[in-house]
Amino acid sequence: MKIIFIWPSFYKEVEGVENVQKRKQTAAKNVKQKQMSEKKKDMISGYLYVAPFFIIFGIIGLYPAVFSILLAFQKWNGLGEMDFVGMQNFVIVLQDPLFWKSLYNTIIIGLMGTAPQLIVGIILAYFLNMAVIRFTNFFRVTIFMPYITSMVAVALVFGVFFSSNETALANYVLGLFGFDPVSWKTSEWGAKVAISLMVFWRWVGYNTIIYLAGLQSIPKDLYEAATIDGANKIQQFLHITVPLLKPFIILTVFMSTVGALQLFAEPTVFLGSSAFNRDEAMTVVMYLYRDAFNLGSFGTASATAVLLLIIIVGAAAINTWITSGMGRKKKRGV
Amino acid sequence: MSKQKTKRMQKGTLPVYIVLSFASLLSLFPFYWMFVMATRPSAAYNSIPPTLLPGTQLVTNFQKVLDTIPFFTAMWNTILLCTTVTLGVLLISSLAGFAFAKFHFPGKNFLFILILLTMVIPPQLGLIPQYYLISQLGWLDTLLGAGVLFLLNPLGIFLMRQYVSQSVPDELMEAAKLDGCSNFRIYRSIVLPIIKPAFATLGIIVFTLVWGEFLWQFTVLRDPSSYTLQVALASLNNAFRVDFGMLLSGVFWATVPLIIIFLMFNKLFISSITEGSIK
Repeated sequence: MKIIFIWPSFYKEVEGVENVQKRKQTAAKNVKQKQMSEKKKDMISGYLYVAPFFIIFGIIGLYPAVFSILLAFQKWNGLGEMDFVGMQNFVIVLQDPLFWKSLYNTIIIGLMGTAPQLIVGIILAYFLNMAVIRFTNFFRVTIFMPYITSMVAVALVFGVFFSSNETALANYVLGLFGFDPVSWKTSEWGAKVAISLMVFWRWVGYNTIIYLAGLQSIPKDLYEAATIDGANKIQQFLHITVPLLKPFIILTVFMSTVGALQLFAEPTVFLGSSAFNRDEAMTVVMYLYRDAFNLGSFGTASATAVLLLIIIVGAAAINTWITSGMGRKKKRGV
Repeated sequence: MSKQKTKRMQKGTLPVYIVLSFASLLSLFPFYWMFVMATRPSAAYNSIPPTLLPGTQLVTNFQKVLDTIPFFTAMWNTILLCTTVTLGVLLISSLAGFAFAKFHFPGKNFLFILILLTMVIPPQLGLIPQYYLISQLGWLDTLLGAGVLFLLNPLGIFLMRQYVSQSVPDELMEAAKLDGCSNFRIYRSIVLPIIKPAFATLGIIVFTLVWGEFLWQFTVLRDPSSYTLQVALASLNNAFRVDFGMLLSGVFWATVPLIIIFLMFNKLFISSITEGSIK
């Protein structure tokens, strides 16, 4: 469609100026020279057009990344001389119980916040994709809506919802079911559950949309054939939907893993002024931030950044590998 | 065909409707509750059972927000930041995407793989040197310092390359060249009009990303006059005793513009997610 719009006006221009055939003949004469210079021109254009990205990348992407890795082996407070200290920063970080606590927190919150999304997201997408369901657009828009709010906004709203007051709305709801009030911001599990819930709430619609796109790419006749063969809905779901959805599941697992390990805004904003003084919900990135900007220890913070890189790459690789292996023993077409 | 079937509620679909309605309700409730709290005095928070109907303090609470943080400055800063960064990313990505899709030059594949690799590096890795660099340049507390990092958008180049190679025919480019078009003229007069839909997709992705990003803006913007909305909102929560009505009033008014934009372009938002992540 878009191409059709362009063509006519373009042709008019060409033919208006000169006969196309004639031009082609003259062009053919010095075809060799022209090809050479055209090729060169294209080369120069190519480099020129990718240059803006790579110049900015070099200055603010690559250089800091390399600098950060070097910094991990130095002692530096951001002002004075750097001292090479070898592996000492890594030793300090790895011997700090708070680092391990923050890694533990990050993993627990990550698991509680993202793993249920996978299941709930697939179920919601499956329902939204059913041909007999009406108002799907309304449901789709409302379920997706949390994603457009910023992490800070989510953390503040949930911060009031899960405030430590006994009268917090969350505590009222717990009370309806006969549970005791929880001090959400200062208890080990309260903080983790509250943060996991806000991560879940904000992202589940996003994952639903991705799964929905995946479901829509599955050809309908597969289901029809399965129905003829006598497979019920649950069998169809397990043997057609889930295997064909696998690339999309891998994608969301990968993104959730990387995102969960980078958690920063939610706990920081949720806990407000006490964020860096408490350890119930301190994440690895918060630990890094605290080292660098509250304690002025750039070396250990950089060592943490390098460790975080290793953890993220490792976790993403393992999770992607596990997900790709999922259901491999079952033979399937394509 | 199947459309006719959907006209009437089919039996057995009730549980599905219940689940979907429940999910919608849970998705919408925090928005509604935020609005309720924004219209109530802080004391309403302590009432049992909780107040779930709007009150009369909408203006009063917002007035308190204005007294506490430079709300409109922050809103303006955010809009300025998001718009400039989005335009910058569109320009950089479309130029590079065009080059990767249509030109042959030595090292092209290597450079492209390098871009894909940058997508895997967590942004926190370079945080400290980036902060140092920005402070050396004197860009702390400026939108320039807050924005320059977001100009790096590997996904944008990836999307643009994909789109250009699919929708700009080689014959069209050759014909234009025969007519003496320079490469930049081809970019401006042929490529740009064709890739407009991709601009919408990428534009929305970048705009919402920058609007909601927190860590970098929080690191670079320390002076209240340079605050963006996210940093300003977060600072509302730092008082020892937080006025919940005021807090959620700030969140509410900072979220309303985005909700309006979203409801206007919801199809585009939703398709930007699938295009941005699946391609």
